[in-house]
Parts: sequence; C-alpha cells; structure tokens
Amino acid sequence: MSALTFTVKQATQQRVDVSPLVCHLLKDMTLADITAIELQNGKRKIRVDELFEVSGSDSQNIVFRKSFAKLDFIGKELEAGSMVVHGDAGAYFGIGMKSGKLTMEGDVGLYAACEMKNGLLTINGNAGDFLGAALPGNKQGMKGGTVLVKGNVGQRAGDHMRRGTMLIEGDAGDYCGARMIAGTIAVMGNTGQFLGYAMQRGTLLLWKAPQLSATFNDCGSHTLAFLPILFKSFSKFDSKFAEQSVAFNRVQRYGGDMAEKGRAEVLVKL
Amino acid sequence: MIINGVSIDETFAEAFPMKATRAIITAQNEKWAMISAQAMTGFATSVIACGCEAGIERILEPSETPDGRPGVSVLIFAMGGKGLAKQLETRAGQCVLTSPTSALFAGIDEGLQIPLGKNLRYFGDGYQIAKKIDGKRYWRVPVMDGEFLTEATTGRVDAVGGGNFLVLAESQPQALAACEAAIVEMKKLPNVIMPFPGGVVRSGSKVGSKYPALGASTNDAFCPTLKGITKTDLSPEIESVMEIVIDGLTKEDIDKAMRVGIQAVCDLGAANGIQRISAGNYGGKLGPFHFHLQEIMA
Repeated sequence: MSALTFTVKQATQQRVDVSPLVCHLLKDMTLADITAIELQNGKRKIRVDELFEVSGSDSQNIVFRKSFAKLDFIGKELEAGSMVVHGDAGAYFGIGMKSGKLTMEGDVGLYAACEMKNGLLTINGNAGDFLGAALPGNKQGMKGGTVLVKGNVGQRAGDHMRRGTMLIEGDAGDYCGARMIAGTIAVMGNTGQFLGYAMQRGTLLLWKAPQLSATFNDCGSHTLAFLPILFKSFSKFDSKFAEQSVAFNRVQRYGGDMAEKGRAEVLVKL
Repeated sequence: MIINGVSIDETFAEAFPMKATRAIITAQNEKWAMISAQAMTGFATSVIACGCEAGIERILEPSETPDGRPGVSVLIFAMGGKGLAKQLETRAGQCVLTSPTSALFAGIDEGLQIPLGKNLRYFGDGYQIAKKIDGKRYWRVPVMDGEFLTEATTGRVDAVGGGNFLVLAESQPQALAACEAAIVEMKKLPNVIMPFPGGVVRSGSKVGSKYPALGASTNDAFCPTLKGITKTDLSPEIESVMEIVIDGLTKEDIDKAMRVGIQAVCDLGAANGIQRISAGNYGGKLGPFHFHLQEIMA
C-alpha cells in the first residue's frame, strides 16, 4: 500500500485547519469519504479535493506535499502511524500529539508540539515561537515524547514544559525553557536572553555558554552519570545528537531559577 | 548410576517457588562495584532467617551496563513479593546508595515492577531529580561524592529456590574441594545463585525439629558423627557431607546448574574420595519442584 498523499493544488489566501487529516481519524475511511471532508478555511469551508490532489491508500502513512505556511494543526493529536510533510506548515504543528511519528521537512510556525504528550516530532527546518509550550491560559506545555529540531527555534521554546525531551540542533530564541515545570531541553547552538526565566524544575543542556540571569547560581563543574545514558538514548535519531562526538558527561552546573523553586538546572558542556 | 566411581542416588532435590529480581550495580571500577554488591548480598544465605537469599550472579563488562561502567549483577530471591521489595529497598539503601561512585539499575525489565530507587530518592530531601529516558524513569539523588543515579523500578519474576545436591566424601577436605570445583563451574551460568557462603552449606537441614519453635533442624540422616545413633543415610566410609543450594529464575536454570555442578564433582571422582551424590528430599513436604538427579545426569 502506498502512502496516503495530499498534494496541495494551489495555496490559499486564508489559513486552513487540516486537523481532520490525521492517521487515526482517517483509519476506516474510503478515499471518497476522505476527499469529501470539509476543512475550515478562514471563515468558509473547503473540501479536501478542492485543496489537495489525493493519492495512495495507506491512511497510517500520510504524506503532505507542497505544504505551505497557512496549513495549521497538521498532525493534531496524532495517536499512531506516521506523517511526513514536505514544504512548510503553519501554527500548532503536532499539537497534543499522543503517539507515532510526525516529520516536517521544512519550517513550522507558532506553537509546534504544543501540549504534546508522546511520540516523535521531527522538524528538519526551523520552528517558530512557543515550541512545545502550553496554549495561552493553560498551565502545562509539552508533557512527553521527543521533539527534534534541526534548525533554529523561536522564543519561549518549552514554555511551561512539563515532561519530555526537546532537542535543538540550531539556536534558541529568548526565554528558552521559561516557566518550565520539568523535562529536558538540549540546545547545541546559541541561546538568547532570559534563559530559564521562572523555571521550576527540569534540565537545560547546552553546548555553548549561555547568558544567564543573576537568579541562576553556579554549582560547580561535575561529571554526571545520567548523561551517557541520555546521549545513548539519542543514538536512534537521525540527528547530530546521535553522533558520539557531540556527547559529553562533564558539565558546569547552574541551579535556579532561585526566584522560583530553584530546583532546575542549566548544564553547560565543559 | 555411577559416574567416574561416584554413585548418583536415585532421589530428587525438592525446591519451592520464590519471587526474584535482578539489580545491576555499577561503579567507577569493578572493585567498587563488587564491594557494593558484596555488601548488598551479605547475610542473605537463607530465607529462614535472612529475609531473602541473594548472591552475585556475575561481573558485567562496561559494554553490558546501562551507563557504560564496570558492573556486577545481583539476584535476590524471597518467599513473597512484599518481602522481596522490602529486602531490595533496604539493601539498596544501605549498601548501594552509600557505596562510593555507585549507580543502581534494573536487571529485569519484564514482570511486575517493584521499587528500586523509587523511594530511595527521598534521601535527596527535595533536591532529587527525575529523568525519564527511553521509557525508563531514573532518579538523580545528590550525594556527597556527586550524584547517586538509580533506576526507579526493576522487574519481579516468579522463580525457584532451594535446588540442591549433596556431596558425600571420605573426608572433609575432599568434600570441600569437590564443592569448590562445582561452584567454579556453576558460577559460569546465568540466572542462578548459590547463596550460601562460598556457595557451600555444611549445615544442610531437614524440615521440622524436636523443638517446636524451629521449622528446620540439622539433617541428622546425613550427619557423619551420628552414624551410629540415628537412622543414618551414610555408609561407614563417609566422613563429611556438604550441600550446594541453588536458586534460579527458572527450573531449567537450576537443572543446568545442577548438571554442571555434579559433573564437576564427578570429574574428581572416587579417586579423590567422592563416594556419592545425593539430594535434599523431604518427602514432598518442602515444595513442588523436583530435580531428579539421575534424570539430570542422564
């Protein structure tokens, strides 16, 4: 069975909510049913076959082609299966994802992986602000799973993050790990201002020295036993994180945010 | 059945169901992993009075351990799940948490999960940190030498305790030498421990006692010094009897261990004073697992 493929015919002016096009919702549907689905497009509805050329039949293996930056909610609450997106995506990429694999070949907008619960979400390009964060008004962001970003991420990555792992090969914007409750964010590139602002618990793992606020206290240099296990767990990813040469277990440890609980840590490679 | 002049009794060893778990201790080097493992498995020879039976299964290469350091795997057996969990936690807390550079990991993934470091984490007084890696939860507990890393839980499985055989020899040194040879071979096998000191028991017991408070007492039928005054099972030339007790994760593991152990004893043979191999048979009073010596050696 070939992958169920949605190829964009023509980009729309208004944003499109493509959340109905996920593996678990299409599981028992015929091709005719799928093409007849109506998607919210701005204030009107648009049929799937108006926007996409649909081919293939394996609904547990979905591909988007020629995707553009106004397609929102791709992979919303994905429960199983695999989705690959070629092109760019809009906001809420993989929001509330529960399981499976979701892969973006290009860039994604705001709130990617927001409130994600499990699974593997890979972004080969860049991600916008609030990666893995909580929706406005909610108290908990990403609660599990792994987010892998090969490019850069915007501001407030991991805001209110509760659990899970976020791996960023590029740079992270300001407020990375802000208000983080727990979990792990690893950044190979540079980090911006206000790193770990109001962070309660959790780990920020950095390859480059950050600009830390006065509310993070230096706890000295250490060799930590959990790091080899953590890096070993990265070896299965198609990423720089899987390379042995990037692994380390010797770090400078900063504890904070002392204006909050002070149980969080920033670990910087030595 | 006679092997190399050693008579194999037509009898069977009786064993009973137990609950077991495996823990992996790693440290900066093998020396410190072994020190911790020895402490953890100390005073764990018999469930009769120790609460559990525990032993070192084998030394692990760095490539075999979760954190890539030298390690030692330890098996712990108890009569019930609660007792096992209590013993594991007590021993881990007193002997691994305290041991320099140590870390503690689950050695069995399947089965019911029982606490390993799940409660030890409270030693961290709120500074402990949880990390979930590849579906497993670890605890990082700040300690004076750095951090004590431990997996939260380990698997508990059904197991078999009390597999055994008796070595009957013409002298005490000959009995001990034969047992030592057996232990060397048996220790090469996975999934089994011989929990008594050095793997050898000189005080094999029978079920019951003339003293009501005791559930077990000396196996007088195999005590050489009582030959003339009890219903003995010993011929005149037998001067010493020693027992090897085996706990295993499965009956098959004990089968294999008994086979290699008895074979090692028989390799020394009658020429070295070994007369007979027998087993602790309690007429069905001890347990449902029966290890027939002649079948095992066939």
